[in-house]
Amino acid sequence: MSDQIIQMENVNKWFDDFQVLKDINLEVRQKQKIVVCGPSGSGKSTLIRCINRLEEHQKGKIVVDGIELSENTKNIEQVRAEVGMVFQQFNLFPHLSILDNCALAPIWVKKIPKKLAEEQALKELEKVQILDQAKKFPGQLSGGQQQRAAIARALCMEPKIMLFDEPTSALDPEMIKEVLDAMVNLAKAGMTMIVVTHEMGFAKEVADEVIFMDEGMIVEKAATKEFFANPKSDRTKLFLSQIL
Amino acid sequence: MIKTLNILGKPSRNKLSLFVPIGFSLFALAIIDVILSSFFEINITSILPRWLNFFTPILFGFVGLHYIRIEFSGNRILDKLNKNINSNWFNAILTLIIIFVLIKNIPPLLNWLLIDADFVGTSKEECSREGACWIFINVWIKRLMYGLYPNAEIWRINLSFLMLIGLVISAFFVPIKIKKYIIIFLLFVFPFIAINLISGGNFGLEWVETTAWGGLSLTFIISIFALLFCFPIGMFLALGRRSSAPVIRYSSIGFIEFWRGVPLITVLFMASVMMPMFLPDGTYMDKLVRVIIAITLFEAAYMAEVIRGGLQALPRGQYDAGKSLGMGYWRMHLLVILPQALKLVIPGIANTFLALVKDTPLILVVGLLELVGMIDMAKSNPDWLGFATEGYIFAGIVFWIICYSMSRYSQFLERKYKTDR
Repeated sequence: MSDQIIQMENVNKWFDDFQVLKDINLEVRQKQKIVVCGPSGSGKSTLIRCINRLEEHQKGKIVVDGIELSENTKNIEQVRAEVGMVFQQFNLFPHLSILDNCALAPIWVKKIPKKLAEEQALKELEKVQILDQAKKFPGQLSGGQQQRAAIARALCMEPKIMLFDEPTSALDPEMIKEVLDAMVNLAKAGMTMIVVTHEMGFAKEVADEVIFMDEGMIVEKAATKEFFANPKSDRTKLFLSQIL
Repeated sequence: MIKTLNILGKPSRNKLSLFVPIGFSLFALAIIDVILSSFFEINITSILPRWLNFFTPILFGFVGLHYIRIEFSGNRILDKLNKNINSNWFNAILTLIIIFVLIKNIPPLLNWLLIDADFVGTSKEECSREGACWIFINVWIKRLMYGLYPNAEIWRINLSFLMLIGLVISAFFVPIKIKKYIIIFLLFVFPFIAINLISGGNFGLEWVETTAWGGLSLTFIISIFALLFCFPIGMFLALGRRSSAPVIRYSSIGFIEFWRGVPLITVLFMASVMMPMFLPDGTYMDKLVRVIIAITLFEAAYMAEVIRGGLQALPRGQYDAGKSLGMGYWRMHLLVILPQALKLVIPGIANTFLALVKDTPLILVVGLLELVGMIDMAKSNPDWLGFATEGYIFAGIVFWIICYSMSRYSQFLERKYKTDR
């Protein structure tokens, strides 16, 4: 199919002797929103980190937007420029202002003139509603604001795909909503998204498909309604009963 | 035991007007006793037995401080005093001993350094007074600053350093746009202009051999060049040591551990005696250049470890974030990693720079005479024997001023780049 944007075929990964990913097969279509859930240590973070090669897979094939991930550093950098990522710990650059955080990569990686990059950064910051914080440094912002700034920073690269690695897990309960709102808006705007999260409310509202992982394997993959209404495997049922 | 002092009752807030005057008078008495007995040979407590006599200042001071040790007295100055130097009997005794030592030592020191010292004159014979003979420094100052550089050409050194100072000062005041170019000029062009000016040999300037260079100006020349080069080399070594390519990693480790493992003094000997043997026939490298290279590589190894410390302190997330934005190795390091790592290790970098400046006198062993070397030479001049103390104190003061300003500057940078909270 032509609108496939991510293909993973028989992806295997080991940390030394420990196998974190076992025969992962996954296809993501453009504009699809996928939520990945599962207990901690199940390999879900590793899965999405493999998509922009923050982790290397040892066996299998990953193709992102027609580019196969291999040792070739050119390919990797190209993929990374097209795939935005938001981390659990925000990972903003503490030595730069929020505006500079957002404009840095467009200026130096995409070679956009500084003025244009900053204009675009301000636009993205406005979308996540922290335009007033642009001149501040990350250390001066609340967790929720930092995470929204991180989303804006990723969007400034105009990615085709956004990966979210437990974006709300490090936040106070009060701040989770503002970050989820920003993500919902992004989903409505038609972004392709893969989200690792425990926020099942978000999954129900936004996701097209939900994937449940355990022990490095995809245990269940189903359309959102189906997944919550009618889970097939016992492991999924157990997980859902505990988390909901 | 201390309670027996409370013959007038326990010192308390209600009886402030009774205890404070008595306490301070006893304290003053103790100090007066020390001053009189050390400088005027008057002993106001001579009626007491000798063994007690010696301790009277401590006793008076101790009782005095005990009487003024009143918590929450309501007097801000008194409270502050009590909190900082008189919080309990042990601290009171320490305070007294320190005050007495200072009283006994500072006036004689000042006497020697300034009041009884000779400043004006041209020969050793004019140093008739008891204090320091600064005439020694005065007469030799030109040599201490410029070494054996010919007098007629000294303007070249002066001009170089005046230009340096001028450029640095202007870099502070011009707008950022021009500042960038001044800094680039300072780092990459100016050092070579200056060295050309000082060594001469072209543009009608007389050639001055590096063996004639010396004194404080040589200290600066060596320090500046070594600082300039050891920083980037150290940075590459630090990155190399963390590289995933084994060849780069192991050669960096080997280099760092080799240079950290040998004493600087042997490195200098090697550079001046052994290195010419390894150079291909017909090539000649100036001794000063060899020494600068040796010091640079030596300090670069230390610099590498300091910078590596900063790199290791950064959370992995910073690398992840840089990579996820599509930055390659160099962009990620230059834009994200190094700015943060270097900021973290400013104190360590300053430390290495200070050590470098203070290591320069060691070049004495290969026959190059910077400030300390020139003092060594001056003090062994037959006309000026016996002024080593003045010479070394002078060198100490000069080095202290250089190092202290560097230290202050590093603190300024730390504050300037502090962006958290």
